[in-house]
Amino acid sequence: MKDIAVSIEKVSKRYGQTIALDSVDLTVRPGEILGLLGPNGAGKTTLISAMAGLVRTDAGAITIMGHDVQRNYRQARRALGVVPQELAFDPFFTVRETLRLQSGYFGAVNNDDWIDHVLVSLDLVAKANSNMRTLSGGMKRRVLVAQALVHRPPVIVLDEPTAGVDVELRQSLWRFIRELNRDGHTIILTTHYLDEAQALCDRIAILRAGRLVALDTTSNLLETCSGYLLRILLEGDIPAPYANLLVVSGGWREIELKSFKELELILSAMREGGTRIVDIEINKLDLEAVFLRIMQKESGI
Amino acid sequence: MIASGFIALCNKEVLRFAKVGFQTIAAPILTAVLYLLIFSHALEAKVRVLGIGYTAFLIPGLVMMAVLQNAFANSSSSIIQSKITGNIVFVLLSPLSHTEFFFAYVVAAIIRGICVGVGVFLATIWFANLSFESPWWILTFAVLGAAIMASLGLIAGIWAEKFDQLAALQNFLIMPLTFLSGVFYSIHSLPDFWQNLSRWNPVFYMIDGFRFGFFGVSDVSPWISLAASLGVLTVLVTATLNMLRRGYKLRA
Ligand SMILES: Nc1ncnc2c1ncn2[C@@H]1O[C@H](COP(=O)(O)OP(=O)(O)OP(=O)(O)O)[C@@H](O)[C@H]1O
Ligand SMILES: [Mg+2]
Repeated sequence: MKDIAVSIEKVSKRYGQTIALDSVDLTVRPGEILGLLGPNGAGKTTLISAMAGLVRTDAGAITIMGHDVQRNYRQARRALGVVPQELAFDPFFTVRETLRLQSGYFGAVNNDDWIDHVLVSLDLVAKANSNMRTLSGGMKRRVLVAQALVHRPPVIVLDEPTAGVDVELRQSLWRFIRELNRDGHTIILTTHYLDEAQALCDRIAILRAGRLVALDTTSNLLETCSGYLLRILLEGDIPAPYANLLVVSGGWREIELKSFKELELILSAMREGGTRIVDIEINKLDLEAVFLRIMQKESGI
Repeated sequence: MIASGFIALCNKEVLRFAKVGFQTIAAPILTAVLYLLIFSHALEAKVRVLGIGYTAFLIPGLVMMAVLQNAFANSSSSIIQSKITGNIVFVLLSPLSHTEFFFAYVVAAIIRGICVGVGVFLATIWFANLSFESPWWILTFAVLGAAIMASLGLIAGIWAEKFDQLAALQNFLIMPLTFLSGVFYSIHSLPDFWQNLSRWNPVFYMIDGFRFGFFGVSDVSPWISLAASLGVLTVLVTATLNMLRRGYKLRA
C-alpha cells in the first residue's frame, strides 16, 4: 500500500450502449508523473471521474492512497485534487472567495497563507479580488488548478490542463507541475499534446475505446520506436525493393529508419534507378509515432 | 461539533443569495406588499374572516407564502444553476457527505425564506392591528414550512435538466398549491368539494398553523397542522437524502 498512490483494478463503466471503460487495470506510484493519453472519447475523463467519485463504476475498485473511493470516500477525496477538463466556475464569487469556499468544503479553515502561496505560484495575485466572470479563459484555467490544490492533496489529477492555453501559460504550467512533483505530489495528467507528455511524464498509459492498450515508461515507449521517419516525395519509377518498402502516405512515401546508413542506401538506389527526389523530410521518431503505431495496431485487431 | 465543510457550503449558499439581495429578498417583499395593497383595498370594508378584519387575516398568509416560495426558489435555482454552469463539480469533488450537502442547502434556503418573511412582515405590519397569541407556533411553522419547501426545491433542482422544467414545476405545482392553500381566504368559506380538496394540500396546513400563532383561531387545530407538516417533511427529507445518497442525476 505504501508504494501505491492510486490503484485501479478491473474498472468498467458503461453509458447505455457505450463502453467507456473496459476492465482497466492501472497502478500509479507515489511521486511519479503519469501521462494518460488516448484519442477523443477513449475514456480518460471517465477514468478520472471514477477516481474522483463523480462517476459510479459498474465493476472494479479504485483506491487513492489506500482509501477506497466508494467506501472511504471522505479520505479518498481528501487525498485527491482534480482539475476538471471543463472550465467551470461560480459567477457569484471572486477568485479569493472561490478558493476560500473550496478550502472550506475540505474542512481547511484559516487556510489563507496557503491560498496566498498558491495565488503567487499561479500568478493570480493581481486577479485575487476579481470576479470569476471577468477572467480570461487561461486565468480561469489557473483558478481551476488552484482550486484543486487548496487542501494540499498528495495526488493531483489534471484533465487537459493546457487545452486552449497560450505558449507562455503552458510553459508556466509545466514548470508548476514539475515543482509540485518535486514537492512530492503524485501527478496524473491527460493531454492531446504528445510533446507535452514526452517532456513531463515518467510513465505513459494509453487508453483506446475504454481499454488500456499501453503502459510503460516514456523512455521504454520511445525506445520501441527509436530511429527516424523518412518522408520522401519522388518522381518516376521506384526501384524494385523500395516500391513496396516505402509506404504511400498522402502523395509522399514513408519509411522508418534505424540509422542514417539506411538513408544512404535508399538515396543511392534512387539515384541508380533514375528516380528524381523532389522533396525530403527526416524526423526523429517521437511519442507521436509511438502513439500512432499503437493506435494503428489496435484498430487492426 | 458541526462539520466545517457543512458550514462552508451553507455559507456559500447564503452569500449566493445575499449578493443578489435585490432580486432574492427585496423583489419578493415588494410583490407581497402589492398583494396586500390590492386585496385589502378591495376587500377590507366587505370581508371578515374567522372574525378578524381582512387585512389582518391576510398579512400572516402573505408572510408565510413568501417564506415558502423563497425557500423553494433558493434551493431549486441554486442547484440547477450549478448543474448547468457545471460548478456543482466543486462540491461533488469535496469530502462532504450527502447529509451535509442536504442540510447545507436546506438551512440556507430556510434562512432566505425567513429573511423574506421577516421583510414582508415588517413592511405590512403597519396596515393592521395584529395580535401574537403564541409566537412559538409562528416560529415553528415558519421553519417547518421553509424546510419542506427547501427539500422540495432540492428535489426539483436535482431532477430538472433545464430552467423551463423548473419554471413549469413552479408555475403548475408550487403556485397553485400556495395560492389555493387559504392565504387569501378561510377554506370554511369554500363549497364542500373544494374544502375537502384543500385538506389534501400540505401548504394549507403550514399556512393555517402559522396563522394560528397570530390569532389563536384557525380552520383546523394547530396540532393537526403540525402532524401533517411533520409527516410531509419526513417523506421529503427521506426522499431527498435517498436521491443524494444514490447520486441521482448528480453522479453519473
Ligand atoms: N455522461 C455521459 N453519458 C453518456 N456517455 C458518456 C458520458 N460521458 C462520457 N460518455 C462517453 O464515454 C466515452 C468516453 O468519454 P470520455 O469523456 O471519458 O473520453 P475522453 O478520453 O476524456 O475524451 P476527450 O479527449 O475528448 O476528453 C465517450 O464515448 C463518451 O461519449
Ligand atoms: Mg476528456
